[in-house]
Amino acid sequence: MNAEVLFGLAGAVLAGLGLYGLVADPAPLRKLLAFNLLGGGVFLVFGVVARRGAAAGLGGDPVPQALVITGLVVAFAATALAVALLRLLFERTGQTLLDSAAPERTSPDQADE
Amino acid sequence: MTIGLLLDFFLVILALAAGWWTIGAKDSFGAAVAFVAYGLVLALIWVRIAAPDVALTEAAIGSGLTGGMLIAASTRLESARQATRAGSVTRRLAIALSALVAAAPALAVLGLPDPPPSLATAAMAALPSTGLGNPVTGVLLAYRAVDTLLEKVVLILALLGTWSLAPDRLWGGLPGRKERRNAASPLTLLGQVLPPIGIVIGLHILWVGADEPGGAFQGGTILAAMGMLAVMAGLVDVPATSRRWLRLLVVAGPGLFLIVGLAGFVIAGGFLAYPAGFAKPLILVVEVVLTLSVAAILLLLLAGPPEREPPR
Repeated sequence: MNAEVLFGLAGAVLAGLGLYGLVADPAPLRKLLAFNLLGGGVFLVFGVVARRGAAAGLGGDPVPQALVITGLVVAFAATALAVALLRLLFERTGQTLLDSAAPERTSPDQADE
Repeated sequence: MTIGLLLDFFLVILALAAGWWTIGAKDSFGAAVAFVAYGLVLALIWVRIAAPDVALTEAAIGSGLTGGMLIAASTRLESARQATRAGSVTRRLAIALSALVAAAPALAVLGLPDPPPSLATAAMAALPSTGLGNPVTGVLLAYRAVDTLLEKVVLILALLGTWSLAPDRLWGGLPGRKERRNAASPLTLLGQVLPPIGIVIGLHILWVGADEPGGAFQGGTILAAMGMLAVMAGLVDVPATSRRWLRLLVVAGPGLFLIVGLAGFVIAGGFLAYPAGFAKPLILVVEVVLTLSVAAILLLLLAGPPEREPPR
């Protein structure tokens, strides 16, 4: 196993971990964290593609690297807007749950019924 | 096994642990702190795969700004009613789905084509015509300049979206609360000592970006962080969002970029094309103004929607 495969597999696992948090955690702030975690993993897989494209005296292909930089900035912009929306939701309703009609649940497993 | 590969294994384990903690932490604050650690480990991994420009951006944006913003949000939303955990069936389905989705890039990584496709040779071959020495800057501001232009437009749209969340009477008002100045606080000392250094470093990173890792975005982020530090220490206040100079500053960078791009039709035969011999000076001017705009936009995004009445 070389470093590229190692980092590529790590990126895939991180993306899966982020997707799990995004789907399974009901708290919007946690979803937002998971979304950014997922993004980091996907960018890392792309970074491995860039690394494998090393040529012409460069350590990696600059085109995917530049695309990742743009991606990071756009992810930040989306996160900033989501945080602002979340704060507004909290100020209006005193809670941050997306399911506004949800009653207080006592047992975690009741959520499935 | 070489020392380098051992280090890579160590970094991967750290990244996975920080990611695990981000998802599994009991409270949002802990999760946000873990996310900052995750971003810093990722930045180190980017250095290991020979992408120092991405490493700088990841450390500044992915870890620093995003992490700081989410930590602030987690403390502000602390009193919110805790969400109940998802049920076991939901969680099992989510695990299955995530494993399935993660398997796709994992298989792709194992089956990447050999020899790998690469644009590195083409990127280096055309670089002398731009006068730049850093191929990543070349991609960002010459070959794929339209991506960078649209990215700035996305930032402005996010800022407009954030501002428009304020009620009508606060439109054009001042973002956030006024921080109280406390002369005895270490934050005041940091807010006074660090910005002069940070401004020099930010401008340096902007300047060397033409030939070395760095550039407009990384430099602008450092400038924004310095501004945020002074605001948090209560030394200065965020200007009212109705100020004309502030709004001009926000659109100046992308606006100039667009003008240069349109001028390319007349003087260089295409949108965002630079005339031969003038590429480097044009790129530098655009980058300087972009840096100032980026710093202003990031600071305003961090400050959030207006919460205080606009000045009369």
